[in-house]
Amino acid sequence: MNYFPDEVLEHIFDFVGSHKDRNSVSQVCKLWYRIESYSRQTVFVGNCYAIGPERVAERFSGLKSITLKGKPHFADFNLVPPDWGGFVYPWIEAFARSRVGLEELRLKRMVVSDESLELLSRSFPNFKSLVLVSCEGFTTDGLAAVAAYCRQLKELDLQENDVEDHRGHWLSCFPESSTSLVSLNFACLKGDINLPALERLVARSPNLKSLRLSRAVPLDVLQRILIRAPQLLDLGVGSYLHDPDSENYNKLVTAIQKCKSVRSLSGFLDVAPHCLSAFHVICPNLTSLNLSYAPGIYDNELIKLIRHCHKLQRLWILDCIGDKGLEVVASTCKDLEELRVFPSDPYVGQAAVTEEGLVAISRGCQKLNSILYFCQQMTNAALITVAKNCPNFVRFRLCILDPTKPDAVTQQPLDEGFGAIVQACKGLKRLSLSGLLTDQVFLYIGMYAEQLEMLSIAFAGDSDKGMQYVLKGCKKLRKLEIRDSPFGNAALLMDVAKYETMRSLWMSSCEVTLGGCKALAKRMPGLNVEIINENDQMEFVGGCDDDRQKVEKMYLYRTLAGQRRDAPEFVWTL
Amino acid sequence: MEGGVAYEQGLNLKATELTLGLPGTGETEGQGGVRNNNKRPMPTSETNEEESQALKAADRGSTAPAAKAQIVGWPPIRSYRKNSLQAKKDNESEASGMYVKVSMDGAPYLRKIDLKVYRGYPELLKALEAMFKFAAGVYSEREGYKGSEYVPTYEDKDGDWMLVGDVPWDMFMSSCKRLRIMKGSEARGLGCGV
Repeated sequence: MNYFPDEVLEHIFDFVGSHKDRNSVSQVCKLWYRIESYSRQTVFVGNCYAIGPERVAERFSGLKSITLKGKPHFADFNLVPPDWGGFVYPWIEAFARSRVGLEELRLKRMVVSDESLELLSRSFPNFKSLVLVSCEGFTTDGLAAVAAYCRQLKELDLQENDVEDHRGHWLSCFPESSTSLVSLNFACLKGDINLPALERLVARSPNLKSLRLSRAVPLDVLQRILIRAPQLLDLGVGSYLHDPDSENYNKLVTAIQKCKSVRSLSGFLDVAPHCLSAFHVICPNLTSLNLSYAPGIYDNELIKLIRHCHKLQRLWILDCIGDKGLEVVASTCKDLEELRVFPSDPYVGQAAVTEEGLVAISRGCQKLNSILYFCQQMTNAALITVAKNCPNFVRFRLCILDPTKPDAVTQQPLDEGFGAIVQACKGLKRLSLSGLLTDQVFLYIGMYAEQLEMLSIAFAGDSDKGMQYVLKGCKKLRKLEIRDSPFGNAALLMDVAKYETMRSLWMSSCEVTLGGCKALAKRMPGLNVEIINENDQMEFVGGCDDDRQKVEKMYLYRTLAGQRRDAPEFVWTL
Repeated sequence: MEGGVAYEQGLNLKATELTLGLPGTGETEGQGGVRNNNKRPMPTSETNEEESQALKAADRGSTAPAAKAQIVGWPPIRSYRKNSLQAKKDNESEASGMYVKVSMDGAPYLRKIDLKVYRGYPELLKALEAMFKFAAGVYSEREGYKGSEYVPTYEDKDGDWMLVGDVPWDMFMSSCKRLRIMKGSEARGLGCGV
């Protein structure tokens, strides 16, 4: 390969897409490392503290797109205090200084300030795409800067962010000359929207393919937008409240009929359940349907809608669909690959689906490979049946609302059920457990889950052995997160070198002590071992007292960047 | 589900009630949407260490249903989703009003009023007085309603008949299931100072 000019190698590497493969390519030899590095345009950083932005910019001089993830996954569930970290500003600043030709920024669980959005919009003239998922720290003022100064903006995609809404005027900050929009998703915004500005923006964006509206966009505006943009592939309806006899509704029916290209439907953030029949005409084309934010759609209206969706591949729904509704899904959606059933009333602690719904789905949807299922109860028999029917699971996440509930029929732990899942699903990469579970389930996981990359454990296991089985057996494990389980120092310290092969480990409300964490940090300088010390519960005293102090929250991750300098007071890096 | 028929506590007025109300008015209403546990999780982000430890201890070996203590971060859904569902529930209940039945002893039929329309007890009482053409008397904590044959009462979530006016207005709004304007001798048990 030394005889080929660099350009040829570069061209060959162009065909290597996934970042994992490119990482492998770059390790072959120095030449390949060099060429791969300057030709890589898309970089993925799964933990923003694993490496510093300067180093990334230096290595990947051709960088155009970067994905960054910040806070640990359990931050989504309020287990990480605010101000923990995950700031994007240093990255934007470093890239601006290094004159990176940034075109795309994708962030997950990061703190994004208005300042960073402003800096972003002014620093990169070719910037095209901003995707923010589960982020916080910014207001609509930051969005206004992006709209105003990113002249080539194609994509602004805000998913489930906590945005402080100042005014609806950010939409009018898109200059009249801006006609490049392809994708606009502002469904998570809570405030008023400048509706005329929205309509004008849609009218001058002939390439608009994806549009997800917030609840502030009423039906009559939706109707006018659909008339202007019949080429949409992906539609998120904002508000769907109307009078079925009104002229607006009739106009909407006509408008929807023209939208033959819509493949993905979501939203219905405010909905009166009548007259969803207007959408029945596009249902047969849908491959993706997300009604998980529409508790107003249930019972017959929901079932009628679903019966039209023969081609559905992805369905996100609330549990008010019930087991019976899931049977309808099973008989209608034969191409279903991904299903998520969310609880409609998380505060009350009751879900409207049980193991029966899951079994029905497994019988009808043979192509199912990804599931997130919040349910009232589960049984081993059901899980065993599901495993037999669907051996193709790549992601299997089960959440029983009562986290330590045993098999609803036999009162046994659910070890055998989950054991069947890991044994049958040879390609399983992600698994979340719940229910009454002993060390036995971890024995099965260690034995069978050879491809497992991410494991989430809560209220499970009896002893250190549980965690040890997993650490020993799951060779491809990258992320392990554990809460409220009796795993202590013996498990933590069993194989410290393993943590350098993983992205991160989270343990909260377990049995690990300060002494154990300190020992780990000492032996593995390539890891950041962080303790979250809320409410000043712990003392960094040292000595034998350390072994009496249990650590409430520990988060460790491999890093090339050393101890992070932006850690707040309550985070100790050992 | 239970409104909780706690006849052991409070006055067992239901059994002795003589009313000319329409048939069927003796049944408790509004059961449909009520679940058995309306507890909210603590809004703070403090770790509920004690609770989760207790839960761990409780479930080890025991097959009794785990305590329905609210566990921080459970069920594991994104706060954005949790907040938006809660906001929707609030909006819906705001929009739909809080209608409760009002019966008056001796009246041939009942009425319904929307509690949300009133800002406090004085407004409510005035409205009731106008609706049923009576005077409620003067309320005092010690003596109840003095100077009238009629006493406004309400049935709370536990099924007990309470005197209107004792608890803060918001607490009353959330616990009141129906109203009853009691008359005469029956009313005496509730501290009517006639």
